[in-house]
Amino acid sequence: MNQPKPFVIAVTGLNAIDSPGPGVAVIRAVREGIPQPVRIIGLAYENLEPGIYMEGICDKIYQVSYPAAGANALLSVLTQIHTKEGIDVIIPNFDAELPNFIAIEEQLKNMGIRCFLPSREMFEARDKQKLAAFGKEHGLMVPKDKTVHLYSDLAIAGDELGYPLVVKGKFYEAVIAQTPEQAQKAYAKISAKWGLPVIVQEYIAGTELNIAALGDGEGNAISIIPMRKLYITDKGKAWAGITLEDESLLDLARKFIAVTKWKGGFEMEIMRNAKNEPYIMEINPRFPAWIYLSAGAGQNQPAALVKMAMGEKIEPYTTYDAGKLFIRYSWDMIVDVARFQQFTAFGQLVN
Amino acid sequence: MIKKNIATNELGFVFNPATGDSYSTNPVAASILKLMREGRSPGEIKKTLADTYDADADTIEKDLQDFISTLKEYQLLES
Repeated sequence: MNQPKPFVIAVTGLNAIDSPGPGVAVIRAVREGIPQPVRIIGLAYENLEPGIYMEGICDKIYQVSYPAAGANALLSVLTQIHTKEGIDVIIPNFDAELPNFIAIEEQLKNMGIRCFLPSREMFEARDKQKLAAFGKEHGLMVPKDKTVHLYSDLAIAGDELGYPLVVKGKFYEAVIAQTPEQAQKAYAKISAKWGLPVIVQEYIAGTELNIAALGDGEGNAISIIPMRKLYITDKGKAWAGITLEDESLLDLARKFIAVTKWKGGFEMEIMRNAKNEPYIMEINPRFPAWIYLSAGAGQNQPAALVKMAMGEKIEPYTTYDAGKLFIRYSWDMIVDVARFQQFTAFGQLVN
Repeated sequence: MIKKNIATNELGFVFNPATGDSYSTNPVAASILKLMREGRSPGEIKKTLADTYDADADTIEKDLQDFISTLKEYQLLES
């Protein structure tokens, strides 16, 4: 008897490194939460992304062009992969690649590939450069910030916001600067890496909290999981965290989803100050790297996203386990050079 | 009264699910938490402690008040 065709799901963000992409966690959650057989197609940018070689993660991996190559290049490579693999759903996991995916979402749909993404308007509303205005408009607490295009404007921003302050790249990275000299150094490093503008933000002292959430695109929150970072790396990433029971954090995420009608996964980075006020530091337009904790706490957000992408109606989750921890670890894989060569030379690898 | 959502166990581990904070207490504090969970009044708790431990009433009173202050400080008691 013939086996039914598996669900083919393509996932990016296989860089499970010290500043990890969410791909491996998303795949792990999807494999656990989708009842029918799934075939995972990994989409990697670089040949040393650990998720390419990890056992039980991807069935086949393709190398794809960097987001800077543009939407047409992405569409071209996905069309080629789709011809061979028959992709049902794609889950992009990088901020920088989302504009391209949003731009080609309709063409992908016509090819039979489904995504579950925010619109361009939603994506831009939470952009770092517009977040303060967005917060003001909707009564959400967001630190003051300045968008800096010129090195000479950095000192002006510093005078207005005071020190310490946070220097942030437009896509990734944030550095706390205690002095104007540290701010200048951070500006040079971040602008060289991520381009201009650089965002300079008021520093809020407090407890770092994150929220992973999933919106249905109609203003409803399908799932919200708040987490407190328990161990933070020097890159500011959570290396361990614990789920919290806090209605005020759930309300915050519900409000964001209601006003934006957010479609897809996102992460809110929160700083709760000494007065217990939750400041929104950033809203990332995709699942966080710790998203497997959502499955561990009883709300498998990646699996719910896949089901919604396939047209299934999902009822909002109502409960989760508070006090579930994730503790990340590092693990050295031994990989035969032949596999590395295969992927490097041909841009494809079958696991 | 200790907040309903605070998790405690007999080994003295205390977890606040609203903040993610956890604490380890000594055996005396663990027994006080257990009595508080059972809804015992301060007077009943003091009597139980006096029956269990070799300490005078003033010491028990002071230690109990100190512990309650700590619980308040860590926001583990109903306001």
